[in-house]
This record gives sequence, structure tokens and C-alpha cells, in this order.
Amino acid sequence: MKFRKADPLMRDLRRVLPPDRVRVAPLERSLMGRDASIFEGGQAGPVCFPINTAEVQGCVDAARHHGRAVVPRGAGTGLAGGAVPLEEPVVVVTTKMNRLLSVDVDRRVAWVQPGMINLDLSRALAPHGLHFAPDPSSQQVCSLGGNVGTNAGGPHCLALGVTSAHVLAAEVVLMSGEAVVLGDPDGWVPGLDLRGAYVGSEGMLGITTSIAVRLTPNPPAVQTLLLAFDTVDAAAQTVSAVIADGIVPAAIEMMDKNIIWAVENFVGAGFPTDAAAVVIVEVDGLPGGVAAEADRVAELAVEWGGSVRQAADDDERALIWKGRKSAFGAIAQIKPNYYLHDTVVPRTRLAEVMNQVYEIVEEHDLQVMNVFHAGDGNLHPLLLYDRREPGIMDRVHAAGSAIIEASLAAGGVLSGEHGIGIEKRDYMPLMFSEADLDAQARLRRAFDPDEMANPGKVLPTGASCAEVNALDKVPEGVWG
Amino acid sequence: MTGDEAGVELKSFAAEVGADGPVAVVGGRTHWEVGGHCPEETRLVRAPAGVRGFDPADMTIRVGAGTPVVELDAALAEAGQRANLPVLAGTTVGGVLAVGRDDVHALGRGRLRDALLEAVYVADDGRLVKAGGPTVKNVSGFDLCRLLVGSLGTLGLLGEVILRTWPRPAVQQWLAGPCDPAELRRRLYWPSSILWDGQMTWVHLEGHESDVESEAQLARSLGCEPTDGPPPLPAYRVPTGALEAEQSSGSYLVQIGTGMAYVSEPCPVPDADPAVVTLHRRLKSEFDPRGRLNPGRDPLAAR
Repeated sequence: MKFRKADPLMRDLRRVLPPDRVRVAPLERSLMGRDASIFEGGQAGPVCFPINTAEVQGCVDAARHHGRAVVPRGAGTGLAGGAVPLEEPVVVVTTKMNRLLSVDVDRRVAWVQPGMINLDLSRALAPHGLHFAPDPSSQQVCSLGGNVGTNAGGPHCLALGVTSAHVLAAEVVLMSGEAVVLGDPDGWVPGLDLRGAYVGSEGMLGITTSIAVRLTPNPPAVQTLLLAFDTVDAAAQTVSAVIADGIVPAAIEMMDKNIIWAVENFVGAGFPTDAAAVVIVEVDGLPGGVAAEADRVAELAVEWGGSVRQAADDDERALIWKGRKSAFGAIAQIKPNYYLHDTVVPRTRLAEVMNQVYEIVEEHDLQVMNVFHAGDGNLHPLLLYDRREPGIMDRVHAAGSAIIEASLAAGGVLSGEHGIGIEKRDYMPLMFSEADLDAQARLRRAFDPDEMANPGKVLPTGASCAEVNALDKVPEGVWG
Repeated sequence: MTGDEAGVELKSFAAEVGADGPVAVVGGRTHWEVGGHCPEETRLVRAPAGVRGFDPADMTIRVGAGTPVVELDAALAEAGQRANLPVLAGTTVGGVLAVGRDDVHALGRGRLRDALLEAVYVADDGRLVKAGGPTVKNVSGFDLCRLLVGSLGTLGLLGEVILRTWPRPAVQQWLAGPCDPAELRRRLYWPSSILWDGQMTWVHLEGHESDVESEAQLARSLGCEPTDGPPPLPAYRVPTGALEAEQSSGSYLVQIGTGMAYVSEPCPVPDADPAVVTLHRRLKSEFDPRGRLNPGRDPLAAR
């Protein structure tokens, strides 16, 4: 569909925003038709770039007046297709709302606009000795509004919790056009925890226009250990042993042989390429506890047959993290494409489910690399492929389905931090009964009775089911 | 108890709640008046009680919502663990979650609202509904668990829950003195609690022995001295903003960093934004259109 200036929707949007911030050029709409997931072929309508709450309200009012859906969008780095527009909705992009509005050092709270980049916030807070704890691997490019939408995680969420635990309040534009503050920057207000219900709602309850985030003091002491093992099983058992010992490190990340090799070849982080798996453990806090916990982690690693290297200084520590955070980029050396999965299993089932993942991948004649948040049991198998290879996508999706099923069978969940979006929408009934899903739909309707915000995502029986399935380039097999 | 037996108990709880008539769930009756009174004709039910599953290495525990918090705490203590619930005699896990008051250590240990991983509740139509999931990290679908904490049982009656657990600290210590709570918060790295009554400040430290010692030394340099524990919390909870506006006539205790203050005499709390009130009304009518679950109670009126 072509949009002309005389189109009534365009006319109304251009009453709210100047012409350069309502875009309908085919290239712009095509760019907004996808996010960082594998889903292509989404159809964006007018793409709006508001700069304040009133403009977001104006966009929503115009969309509602013309019976159009609205898709909120941050930096577009989501991996589950949550920002992929269906049926040419009005796309409201918050990247131009990217300012740090205020910082209250004593109360440990900052108000930020949703388009602010995650890492930019922590950089701005550095002079105060504070930071924003959630640190997704995409933190250099992902937006805080998107973090709220997906309830994003990251390596350092093991001890401190995911985004929800770090959002005190959010100003939200509802699909009625009203702006409302959910939660309270001080930390509590009488009533239902609307803030908690909103975080992680994947753009289906409203559009975030500002966020009060909780600020975390930078730890006085940090120690980072690189543990290397001859078997994946020993690495996974060590992770369980650390947790069982009563230690909750700041982060426990695991990487298996293939990804170690790729990373080492890519950035030279000093990882042992002869190891079957490495585990990065970071402990932080006050010096006494940090030293005691680092010693104990090292002891447990040795008990499980591992070798231990402790970062001697900040440079070595930074290099280890560079290795971890470069993992996804390093994969291009091996295959042009990858499909990153995200499931969680109970921590005690980690070794068993990882072995199942290897078996599944072998059965489907694929390559896999594992780089993940082991301390949370949050698996991230990366299935590598070259999409030009005929029939490969069928195998990739069949293996993905089998990994999801294995995770659920072990008492796990569908997603730990990427969200459901369209990727796992139709897997929801594997985890939830009809009554469970009905309850989630009730929450959605309470906020958005007309189901106008980001329709067709998360809940498998939405009105836009047919349109989701009609995404012309979604590979067969995605829907299990 | 096996999973099957727990399942039977849950089904029987759901059958008892049924699909008709006003019904409220009774915990320990320690905070029975919070948010309003149930009419006399309300049928009272009790949620299943007891520990259903606990693998210390997973650091999660599954319990019936009717389990006394003291029993939960004792089971966890055996494994050197704790949950982020206030441990008060007579309270039940479901009651504490429904009322939504944080533990006094929430500043450092984390909020009650983040303690709940999964809940099975009885919905208004008598069906059992699961919210959330059993793992420590989970973003599968909307986060109904957050909505249930502090809901006073007005959206569903909690039957069974899975809670995240944490290691118990090796060493802990309370100190108190006439010092500035903001200064303490600024100078100490990770105090687990700071309470302030307008004159005195109580601070709780925990962790490794040498760290508690050095932080206690710092607190002493700011005017605090070791003490046995904090004073009892006054009866009514208000947002700290209301306290600042009102200058309450009775005594008060501010729980720094949580937005909660406790007052001995009720004081006015600013009205909620009409849009927030509308969202509450719509949620109630979606989850309990006939108003049968914990009638007479209103989370917006919770103190």
C-alpha cells in the first residue's frame, strides 16, 4: 500500500509531527519491517519519530481515529520479532527520545527517555559511582525502552535481577491516548503493581515515554575468574556446585569449545583453545567477601577438574569480557547465519539439558555453539547455518523446536530474556494452559481493550493470527 | 508430599473456592484489615500448606500458599538459605505476598515483589491458573506474578507458589544512632536496611565478617552504635511521599529505599491518578467481573 500526503491518517499524523518525522518512503518502511530476529517481511505503515510524550499521544490518537494498530519500537535489536509490524500499523520509534532527564544520586534513581542507549546511561552515571545493572549483550546499541519492553537481562542480572527489578516507575502512553505513571520513583505506591505488569509486556500495553530506573552502586572490589574444563559436563557441574555452595556471583557465563575457538581467533582474549568449555565467574562487592568467594569458586572448579586463571588487573578482566561479548560477532568466521535460542532450565538440570542440545543438533546435522548465562540456567544455543543451503531452515527450526521441548521437559521455560514476540508465540500452549493464557489476555485487555498495541504478538490466539502466519518470508516450520 | 498429591490438594482448594459467591482466603489474620473489610457473608477458605519441593542447589522453593512463613524460613534455614519475605510469627506465605509489605531488609536483599517466580491461583471462575514459571529467570508471557503481589487476593486466590531463595548471610549486625540516613546510604556500600524515625537511624549490615566489621566501623564514625535490632514497625504503611507532605502527628519509621514508611496514626495519602484508578477498575472487572474474590478489599486503599 502506498501512503500519500492526502491520506487521512498521514494528514493527521502530520498535524502532530513535522513531515521529516513521519516517514513513508518504501526504504524506511522496509527497514522498520524487521528487527534483529530472523523474521522478515513485516509491513510497516507510517513510521513516526516523536520527541516527547505529547507527540507520542498525538500519534496514538491519530492511529486510533483511523482504526490502525500501533507498534512501539526502540532500537530494533529484539530477537523474538516483538517489533516486527504486521498489517501496516503506525510504527512509533522512540530513538529520538534519548535524553537522560534527571539523576538523583541520594535516592539512587534516574529518569531517562526510552530511546536512550543502555550503555550510555551507565557511562553517564560513572562520575557518580553508579550504574544501571541490566547489561544485555546488545547494550551498546539497545534502548532502555526496549529493555523495559522485553524485561531484558544480561550477564550481571544473576545476583541483581533483570530489568523489572531495576525499574521503579514508567510513564506510559496508553492506547486511549492518556499518559500515566505506573509505579513510583521512590519505590512504592499503594495499589496493584502496574509497573511490574507493564515491564516485559512487549509493547502490547502501551508506549513507554520515560522510565525511572534504580541505580546500583559500583562495587568497591571485583574479581573475575576464567575456569577451563576438559568436559562440558564438568563445567556445568561446577556452575551448580557454586550455586549450591551458597555463592551468588555477579555473573557466571559459560562458553563451549566451538565458540572459544571462534572468539580466540577473532579478538585474542586469551581463552584456552584446548578446553571443552570455559566458565567466567565474576564476584563483586566488599573486598573480604569477594576474596573469600573467589577462593571458594576456584576450589570448586579444581574439585571438578578445572584449571583456574584469575584476572590480575582491570585490563585482563576487560579482555575476558571482551571475549564473552564478542561471541556473536565471531560466528561470522564459521557460518554466515545463526539462530540464537533462549530458554531457561533449573540450574540443577543444566548439564543434562546441554547434553540433549548436542544430541539434537547432531540428529539434525547442524553446528551449535553455546555461550550463555549459566548461573541462571539461561541457555543460548546458537544454531549455525548458511541460508543459501537448500532445506537448511527446516533443519534449523526442527532442532530449535526440539531444544525448546527439551527445556520445558526439564522443568524450564520458553524464554529467559529475549521474550516471546512472534518467535515463540505458538509455543506458549506448551507452557501454559488455556486458562493461564486467558488470564494473560485479560491483563492485556485491561490496558488495551481494543488490542491496538502491537497486535499478533505473545498470545497465540490473537485476532491477527492469520496475518502473522501470512508473513511471506517466515520459514516453514517456525510454528512448530 | 508428591507432586500428584499437591495437585490433588490444589484441585480440592479450587473446588472449595468454587465458581460462585463471595469468598476470601484466610492466612494468619495478622493483617486482615489491610485494604478494607470483607462483608460478613463472605465464605472463608484456607490455601494448602506445606513445603512441596526444595532443591537447595536450584535456590527455589515450592510451597503451599497457606504455609506459615516461620515454617518456610525454618526449611530454608536448614540449607543455609532464606527468602525475601518478612518472617513474622503467625503470617502465611500467601498472606504476606497478597498484602505486599516488604521485609525490613528489602533495601539490600531485594523487594518482596521480586521474590515470586510462579504462582498457581484460583481464578474467579474456580479454575486453577498458573502465572510465571519455575526458573529464576523467565520472560515467557506477561508478568502476572508482579500483579499478584500486593493484590490482596482481589484478582485470584493464591494456592501454591515458587519463591526465589538466597544464601543466608554469614554475619549480620544492627547499629543505631542519631545519624543522617542519606549520609549512611551514600557512604556504606550495600546496607541491607536503613530505618529512620526522624531522629534515630537504624542500619543493618550483613555479609563476610571482615566486610561487616569495616562497614560497621564506618557507621560508627557517622554516629551509630551496635544495637540488638530495629524498633517494631508502626501499624500503618504509607508512601514516603505522603509522610513528607503530612508531617504525621504520631510516630513514624521510614524504610529507606523502598518508598514505604510506617506510621502509628493513619495519615492522608494523595489520591491516585484517575488513569491509574481506571486501570485498577478494568483489571478487577477482567479478573473478577462479579467481585467475588476478597470483596470489600481495595489494593489502592492498602496501608
